[in-house]
Amino acid sequence: MILIGELSLWVALLMAAWGTTAGFAGAYTQRTELIASARRALFAMCAFVVLASIGLWTALLTSDFSFRFVASYTSSNLPSVYKFTAFWAGQEGSLLFWALILSIYSTIAVYTGRKSNRALMPWVVPTLSAIALFFILVLCFGANPYARLDWIPPDGRGLNPQLQNPGMAAHPPNLYLGYIATAIPFAFAVAALITRRLDAEWLSSVRRWVLLSWFFNTVGIVLGMWWAYVELGWGGYWAWDPVENASFLPWLINTAFLHSIMVQEKRGMLRKWNVTLVVSAFLLSILGTFITRSGVISSVHAFSQSEVGYWFLGFLVVAISVTAYLVTTRLSDLRARAELESMVSREATFLFNNLLLCGIAFSILWGTLFPILSEAVRGTKITVGPPFFNSVNIPLGLGLLALTGIGPLIAWRRASVRNLRRQFTGPVVCGVLVAVALLASGMRAYYSVMSYALGGFVLATILQEFQKGTSARHRMYGESYLMALFRLVARNRRRYGGYIVHVGVVVLFAAFAGLAFKKEFDVTLRAGQTFSAVDGFGDHWTFVSQGVSDYDELNRHTTAVLLEARRNGKFVGMIKSEKRQYIDSQGNPTFEPATEVGILDKPHEDVYTVLAGVIGEDTAEMRITFNPLVWWVWYGGMIMALGGLIVMWPQAERRRLQAGYMAPLAPGLVDAGAEAVS
Amino acid sequence: MSLKPRTKFLLGGAFILAVAGYLMASAIAQTGTYYLTPTELAAKVAQDPSFYGTGVKVGARVVPGSVVRAPGGRDMTFRVTDGDKTYPVSFHGIAPDTFTDSVDVVMDGRLAQDGTFRATTVLAKCASRYENAPEKYRATPGYRSGAAAAART
Repeated sequence: MILIGELSLWVALLMAAWGTTAGFAGAYTQRTELIASARRALFAMCAFVVLASIGLWTALLTSDFSFRFVASYTSSNLPSVYKFTAFWAGQEGSLLFWALILSIYSTIAVYTGRKSNRALMPWVVPTLSAIALFFILVLCFGANPYARLDWIPPDGRGLNPQLQNPGMAAHPPNLYLGYIATAIPFAFAVAALITRRLDAEWLSSVRRWVLLSWFFNTVGIVLGMWWAYVELGWGGYWAWDPVENASFLPWLINTAFLHSIMVQEKRGMLRKWNVTLVVSAFLLSILGTFITRSGVISSVHAFSQSEVGYWFLGFLVVAISVTAYLVTTRLSDLRARAELESMVSREATFLFNNLLLCGIAFSILWGTLFPILSEAVRGTKITVGPPFFNSVNIPLGLGLLALTGIGPLIAWRRASVRNLRRQFTGPVVCGVLVAVALLASGMRAYYSVMSYALGGFVLATILQEFQKGTSARHRMYGESYLMALFRLVARNRRRYGGYIVHVGVVVLFAAFAGLAFKKEFDVTLRAGQTFSAVDGFGDHWTFVSQGVSDYDELNRHTTAVLLEARRNGKFVGMIKSEKRQYIDSQGNPTFEPATEVGILDKPHEDVYTVLAGVIGEDTAEMRITFNPLVWWVWYGGMIMALGGLIVMWPQAERRRLQAGYMAPLAPGLVDAGAEAVS
Repeated sequence: MSLKPRTKFLLGGAFILAVAGYLMASAIAQTGTYYLTPTELAAKVAQDPSFYGTGVKVGARVVPGSVVRAPGGRDMTFRVTDGDKTYPVSFHGIAPDTFTDSVDVVMDGRLAQDGTFRATTVLAKCASRYENAPEKYRATPGYRSGAAAAART
């Protein structure tokens, strides 16, 4: 099986090469047999990449240490689940994983679009093949997962303990699924540009993929935050590290696109802009990969520095040149069909939303690349850190949060004063009340106060929407309120799913604003000693050390300290934090000792403890952190993902229902009803 | 105001971009720090003695065998080098798990008058962070680099 996998990689290379050349030639000369041949080559390529992946998985699971990759990232005593996930722990495997997802996505896109996108498909197929060809080339010549060692080590080097965590098993694949999904819209954009078929038709096929990309990107980022929080032990979940930024950039661009596409659908505006966004999301994904793989920007996440990064740089240069040429030569085909009529309209808020999202993306890109830029211009490397990103992005982010409330309620084209007053009186009052309440209670972190006030405003707008829609259905169809609410969401998934995403955004902002009240203490505790502290909410905590214990588990030796935690005198729980020394199958220590943090999570606050070390028998040196509202980061992320799922869920069921008892009504009346209410 | 909405939007957009640009420029001016190698740091200090005590970022490699951890693990000293210039470092805090002999580190901190670099944060940038001790492995008899092994297959 392993041999088959290894050979399959080379066959896949041939298939991708044929798919690219035959596809472009066929599309250019419009010869149907070449076009069909390229499509079949793409399907075949997918099959062979799947085989190649199965081969690598077999090698990993059977611990065949003659392969460098297997010996580098696993050991024979590694739990099977982590042998499986080691696939994407290293450079070579993760590139194969990328090729695997790309070819599966391509096959799905080409297969499902074979009828609806006849004009575009001949160009989509070779574009996707070319991207796949690039990855398989890198796999064959730059970073081959099937590279062999010239001796067979008795055991592998094991997987880094920090990667032996469920979050790390799930975070990279989700991010990759998100990153790679941008390739499909990119291919459609290229095809639409080449054929000059730049009407809404290509966008509708693209929107679904952008949504998919957005969804996995969201899940991947939140899982990454969770992993960093529970595994890295520095007490936070986001450090503005270049690689984190790289994962955030396509997300921002995808978010911008999902809003601006509505403006194009409704008003025929922003056509150049939307093409640019689609293309940028893909290019930023490639740039992210380049940053991760090349080591040009120092990041704690970097893979081994290798020439693989320069393959990506080359690819990036080619992709940017081609798309820049295509867009500039087709500007006249992309002229807007309508003009902005009023500043007080939904399209204007969406424009500002896009401007802010792209401004944030640009500032993050700028900050990330600043060491390179400053070295090129001034000869010295200057870096910017979290203070830069925070001071730029907090104000821009708050602006965005405000628009989250305004955008969905304001009318298209031109909003009347009546419309504004009816929609916004309640929510504005709500926001002001929140601000007053917080200021009165003594909160003086102004950015946080603003976050909560704006959050209150946005939540009120969303509740108002749900309430209006539900009671309208209740009136019109006599449904019970619960059924009306359910049908309202089910029949207008895009709209109400979007609102649910916005709820998630508000929750996340609230959680981020809580960071202003974080408190940190360095303590040294002997067994039986007590440490007291006051947290950000003014509660009195006491921690009693229960002593230090040593024991062996699975593939590691563990030193743990146990604390008894009491809040205002009442027992809340026990917190255990550990140092783990991982060992290989011969009992030799591998890696440096790994820190396993102790977390007591409560909805309003986490108590986060890190064991720095042990002095003598029973004295632990620790860091104890009160992290307010961290819980809400994970739940905010889940709410966003849920909203994304609702938006993405196929609409087949609704069509069936309409064909049934809704048949006499004009199609789209349900939508129109909800639309009219707002 | 008889401006066209488009013009108004462009004005509003220009305002937002100006705010973003201003925020970025001022943040870089206030928080941007030099990212130096030990050799560059030595050159800076030689050129301008007031550079002692200025916050900088230094990237270098930990000298093997130089790490001394105080009991409890919250204080440590080690030396870093870029091959030409070596500085002693003292650090108070919890170092990341990936910190060990001969890793590449990126440190925030300042150079004290006595020539010791006082680090406030230490990030370990393992040359291949997710692989185990590459140097140790390379010393194993019969080991060839991945490229050489790949070329043979």
